Amino acid sequence: MKPFAFARPGDVAEAVRTVAAEPAAVFLGGGTNLVDLLKLGVARPDRVVDVRRLTSREITDTDDGGLRIGAAVTNSELAADPRVRERWPVLAQALLAGATGQLRNLATVGGNPLQRTRCVYFTDVSTPCNKREPGSGCSAVGGYTRYHAVLGVPAALPDASAPETCIATHPSDMAVALAVLDARVQVLGPGGARTIPFAELHRLPGDDPSRDTVLEHGELVTAIDLPPLPAGARSAYRKVRDRASYAFALVSVAAVVAGGEVRLALGGVAHRPWRATRAEEVLRGGPPTADAVRGAMAAELAAAQPQPGIDGGNGFKIPLVTRTVVATVRDLTSGVPA
Amino acid sequence: MRRTGPAPAVGRMCAIWFATPGRGGTCGAMAPDGVHAEISLTVDGEDHRLTVDTRTTLLDALRERLGNASPKKGCDHGQCGACTVLLDGDRALSCLALAVAHDGAEVTTADGLAAGGLHPVQQAFLDRDAFQCGYCTPGQVCSAVGLLEEVRRGWPSHVTEDLTARPELTHDEVAERMSGNLCRCGAYAHIVPAVQQAGGVQA
Ligand SMILES: Cc1cc2nc3c(=O)[nH]c(=O)nc-3n(C[C@H](O)[C@H](O)[C@H](O)COP(=O)(O)OP(=O)(O)OC[C@H]3O[C@@H](n4cnc5c(N)ncnc54)[C@H](O)[C@@H]3O)c2cc1C
Ligand code: SF4
Ligand code: FES
Ligand code: FES
Repeated sequence: MKPFAFARPGDVAEAVRTVAAEPAAVFLGGGTNLVDLLKLGVARPDRVVDVRRLTSREITDTDDGGLRIGAAVTNSELAADPRVRERWPVLAQALLAGATGQLRNLATVGGNPLQRTRCVYFTDVSTPCNKREPGSGCSAVGGYTRYHAVLGVPAALPDASAPETCIATHPSDMAVALAVLDARVQVLGPGGARTIPFAELHRLPGDDPSRDTVLEHGELVTAIDLPPLPAGARSAYRKVRDRASYAFALVSVAAVVAGGEVRLALGGVAHRPWRATRAEEVLRGGPPTADAVRGAMAAELAAAQPQPGIDGGNGFKIPLVTRTVVATVRDLTSGVPA
Repeated sequence: MRRTGPAPAVGRMCAIWFATPGRGGTCGAMAPDGVHAEISLTVDGEDHRLTVDTRTTLLDALRERLGNASPKKGCDHGQCGACTVLLDGDRALSCLALAVAHDGAEVTTADGLAAGGLHPVQQAFLDRDAFQCGYCTPGQVCSAVGLLEEVRRGWPSHVTEDLTARPELTHDEVAERMSGNLCRCGAYAHIVPAVQQAGGVQA
């Protein structure tokens, strides 16, 4: 591990100034992702700025009937909050489907959505990876693609040597729930505070796969706001993985059913949590029967690009995510607990 | 079980560090270069002050600096649970925690749980034959102690059917909540009843 200076400034403003002033400075939350990447040589900061004791560790009611969740609240605390369990079960379920008890006790609300991809080439410094080393190429194309993206990737087979190629997925479960809940991210940067709609926090690789989010260097997540769901809304998170526990998602679904409206976000299919706006639109036409949901997902996935791979590729994700959405919506609309 | 020795002499560590060419500064709460820091930790009831390289994990501080080999290094990447300790009362992976970020923390290892005689979880592991080689056991034990406290607080898990109800210590609940502790010997079939026994469930 490369040596780094450690700083714990007096307050968030100083933390932001410290990181903004140094290109190779990073924030530290619970450390469950960053420390791993430090050990692997993937993250090589000169300065690590600890913000876990600076940001808020409180979950407070907001005037609109929602919640403001401080960035230092742990994943465990958020999942156990009685208000979240009762009114936003999709969020509690997503958190509880991720990692393990002894990881969730460390992991923070600020750090979770900003965890890096689990692409095996990203974490292996001996292989080319545009996200880790811009311009080096993408080892995942034609490699192990089981955990990689099918949405938001180019229509033709991506060019492994092109600097913009990246077919990684975003690994966070919590982020998929926050995307369906229309959460808002409170950010403090060197230029002041701003609010980012959660669905706009993460980006597609575009021409710079090294950037996972729209955050600028030095911008600190201080809190996440959860707006209220309409009265009578039901919500659920469903995750499909290679083993029953302690594994990242192959695909996952966060769904909200409120009155006649169905909201859907998908995990494990794209470089960012994928709000299925096309499917939502199609479903606005009538009741979300199994056939209607299948049709809506066909529309959503029309542009999907299964990736071939030495492990058999990831084409299975298209039927798998479709069935997972059908089952989740069925449970939410039939009175069976999801 | 092993008691931890006295804290290593802080002055000596600083002497080594600052004798290295190209490095300077004085010993303090934070050396000016910021690459070393003086921290305090309470481990199994004993207070320690030590100067650590900022890269030192809590696991390495416990094992290499404080001589407490109770938490084990299995994977060093957060994947096996062998390094689980109670950090300020909650179970946590010491291999992904930077020691410097937990300055002032109170740490309990499986060793410390036995300070006043075997902890009920440890006794249950013996009663139920819940280990073979024992390498994963200190992590399993700390994780189980943390889990029982989480259940007592009413925290749900991934398999809790009704998120708003009080969870019960069923087989599936224990298995899910212990899924972060791998056992290479495959003692799982005995670990689950041991945790249930310690939690007061007839299993
Ligand atoms: C074995 C294992 C299994 C896992 N399984 C899952 C899983 O199934 N599902 C899942 O969702 N996750 C899983 N995780 C990932 C885990 O959820 C994340 O590592 C954790 O949520 C990250 O939070 P943290 O506070 O520890 O972040 P850190 O590691 O501290 O930071 C992560 C990133 O966010 C930045 N950062 C931290 N806080 C802030 C802030 N306030 N503002 C701006 N930037 C910030 C850091 O600079 C860093 O780049 C797993 C992890 C491990 C090790
Ligand atoms: S998919 Fe993205 S993260 Fe993985 S090797 Fe390619 S560029 Fe790197
Ligand atoms: S050594 Fe910490 S989880 Fe394996
Ligand atoms: S008893 Fe041998 S690893 Fe668990």
